[in-house]
Amino acid sequence: MYAFETKRPTTIAEAVAALATEEAQALGGGQTLIPTLKQRLAMPSRLVSLSGIAEMRGICMDDDGRLCIGGSTTHAEVAEGAGAYPALAETARHIGDPAVRNRGTLGGSVANNDPSACYPAAVLASNATVVTNARQIAADDFFQGMFTTALEEGEIVTEVKFAVPKVAHYQKFVQPASRFALVGVFVAKFSDGVRVAVTGASESGVFRWSEAEAALSDDFSPSALAGLSVPAEGMISDLHGTGAYRAHLVKVMTGRAVTAAA
Amino acid sequence: MTKVSMRVNGRAVSGEAEGRTLLVDFLRGTLGLTGTHVGCDTSQCGACVVHVDGKAVKACAMFAFEAEGGEVTTIEGMANADGSLSTIQAAFQDHHGLQCGFCTPGMVMSAAALLKENPRPTEHEVREYLEGNICRCTGYHNIVKAILAASGQDMGAIAAE
Repeated sequence: MYAFETKRPTTIAEAVAALATEEAQALGGGQTLIPTLKQRLAMPSRLVSLSGIAEMRGICMDDDGRLCIGGSTTHAEVAEGAGAYPALAETARHIGDPAVRNRGTLGGSVANNDPSACYPAAVLASNATVVTNARQIAADDFFQGMFTTALEEGEIVTEVKFAVPKVAHYQKFVQPASRFALVGVFVAKFSDGVRVAVTGASESGVFRWSEAEAALSDDFSPSALAGLSVPAEGMISDLHGTGAYRAHLVKVMTGRAVTAAA
Repeated sequence: MTKVSMRVNGRAVSGEAEGRTLLVDFLRGTLGLTGTHVGCDTSQCGACVVHVDGKAVKACAMFAFEAEGGEVTTIEGMANADGSLSTIQAAFQDHHGLQCGFCTPGMVMSAAALLKENPRPTEHEVREYLEGNICRCTGYHNIVKAILAASGQDMGAIAAE
């Protein structure tokens, strides 16, 4: 690992100031960044740890009934404390493994936008609002491709606000070695329709399966998916599975998520 | 290099560390506590699991500076004050829950975290909790038995050997 200097701010304002330097990098739980640094795939000159910022940690409900989770809240804390949104808590409960869940954070996962990560599917299916130190970004506008988001340099995810759906479920086909989602589908039914967000499958990262959303909004049952499919083209193809297999799994996991949610 | 201070196994300690010094290297190299092992260095195997502020973490996926001011427990801190083995350690011995012993510190630390949170886990819950701990020798069966025994539960319920 290349050497770097470190900062441990205790407020968002301090963190933003510390990140204003070129080649400064925010450090959340480190469960992705530290392995990346070990492989020398990144060379920041300064690491700004966000784990000491109390105002970025915690779970609460706002006046509009949205579940608000601080960006430095760990997956374990969400699994334990997001009882108001059970499908979200369950999603967090199955990220990585227990030790990883004690360090990995919601903000870090969302900012990284790994194409096989679980949280992007939850955030996108919930049409959550990503709150940064500078603005609020709707989920539909936030995820812009594999490892790409709407965040500017030095911008931090301070909070994510989730509207709680009527019913929801996340169905994850776990890749047994990495424990990432080979394909993961988060289905959320709101009073104005159903949202289906898919992770693990597409080379463009998390996406919404709009045909399934339309069909399920009419008829929230697995049979509504009968004639539908996603094309294999553009799906991730690697040693864990072909694009065609992932495309097949998208439909299977969506059906299972609907069955579990209903 | 800066000075990093924390409490390890109940004692205040401090040492020099670079920003990039991993917690596992601080424990092993600077503090001489070599019971915590580096098995994979890619966050998969769990041989490096320690407790930081009461939570199981992979010490190879955390920097020493992130533990500044914290409470760390390593495998060296698990035995009783009189030196006798803790309940979990004794169960690993009694139920042959180790062969080469390389994964064992991480297994014991994960088991301790599990039993603190869930004192009477099912076999399935034990296996699920150990998803981040890999063992090359035992096939996990006796590890699971040892943890269930340590929890005080009857192991007759485990699937036939």
